[in-house]
Amino acid sequence: MGLRAAVITFPGSNCDRDMAVALEQVSGTAPLRVWHADATLPDRLDLIALPGGFSYGDYLRSGAMAATSPIMRAVVEAAGRGVPVLGVCNGFQVLTEAGLLPGALLRNAGQTFICRTVPLVVENSTSLFTAGYSAGQRIRIPVAHHDGNYFADDATLDRLEGEGRVAFRYVDTCNGSQRDIAGVLNEAGNVLGMMPHPERAVEDDHGGTDGRALFEAAIRQLA
Amino acid sequence: MKVRVHVSLKPGVLDPQGRAVHHALEGLGFAGVNDVRVGRLIELEVADDTTDATLDDMCRRLLANGVVENYRVERV
Repeated sequence: MGLRAAVITFPGSNCDRDMAVALEQVSGTAPLRVWHADATLPDRLDLIALPGGFSYGDYLRSGAMAATSPIMRAVVEAAGRGVPVLGVCNGFQVLTEAGLLPGALLRNAGQTFICRTVPLVVENSTSLFTAGYSAGQRIRIPVAHHDGNYFADDATLDRLEGEGRVAFRYVDTCNGSQRDIAGVLNEAGNVLGMMPHPERAVEDDHGGTDGRALFEAAIRQLA
Repeated sequence: MKVRVHVSLKPGVLDPQGRAVHHALEGLGFAGVNDVRVGRLIELEVADDTTDATLDDMCRRLLANGVVENYRVERV
């Protein structure tokens, strides 16, 4: 049976098509496309993806407006039932603003937009999304963001580390993130938010395919 | 009734924007500036009977991000 995935599009999303193509290429099934103003999700979803972009023009704070959109109430409810949710870049920002992941994403410490492929260390290789990697493995994934500086208080950071919820870390300091955190999991492990773009590293033409294992692992376990 | 919501970064949260403004002020020759923090001012026009609790709820749920920001509500 094919993967039944949904990609949410907010006004200002710009990686929704990339995400949909990556999911289709790896799973063989085109994901459903869902608009932010929809109040309900398609039923029986295996996976929900929140794409990158600049939802609502990053008004107020990146992801803040999208977190209040009608579809997010349904996403929060589905995540609570255990439906896997992947948020990339702006999708990660939306997940923190919606309260599905701890912390916040601030302006990059260097003030500049960072757009390059960076090395990451896989810290957790047992989650739904990271089981295709080995712990300590180095992978190369593109980042493209202005607000990727992950912040949480020390107690939260200690808890995340203690519970194995840091999924990925930057090898080199990238954007000022606390403890070089690039991606975090929720407590149940079914929600992953990450600033780097795995959907931009699935085909040879992308210049690298290190993101493919993330989708393959999730799809292998879900479809 | 007019309400001003002042949103500022919590102490200890790095403010690269404030740092850049600080450098720019120094570049303009203003000496003696010890620190700059950039915040946000949100002006609301609300019904006169809007309660403090409702305004507080607006701040917590949308206008400020409690992870990194403090807020102060001022009735004008």
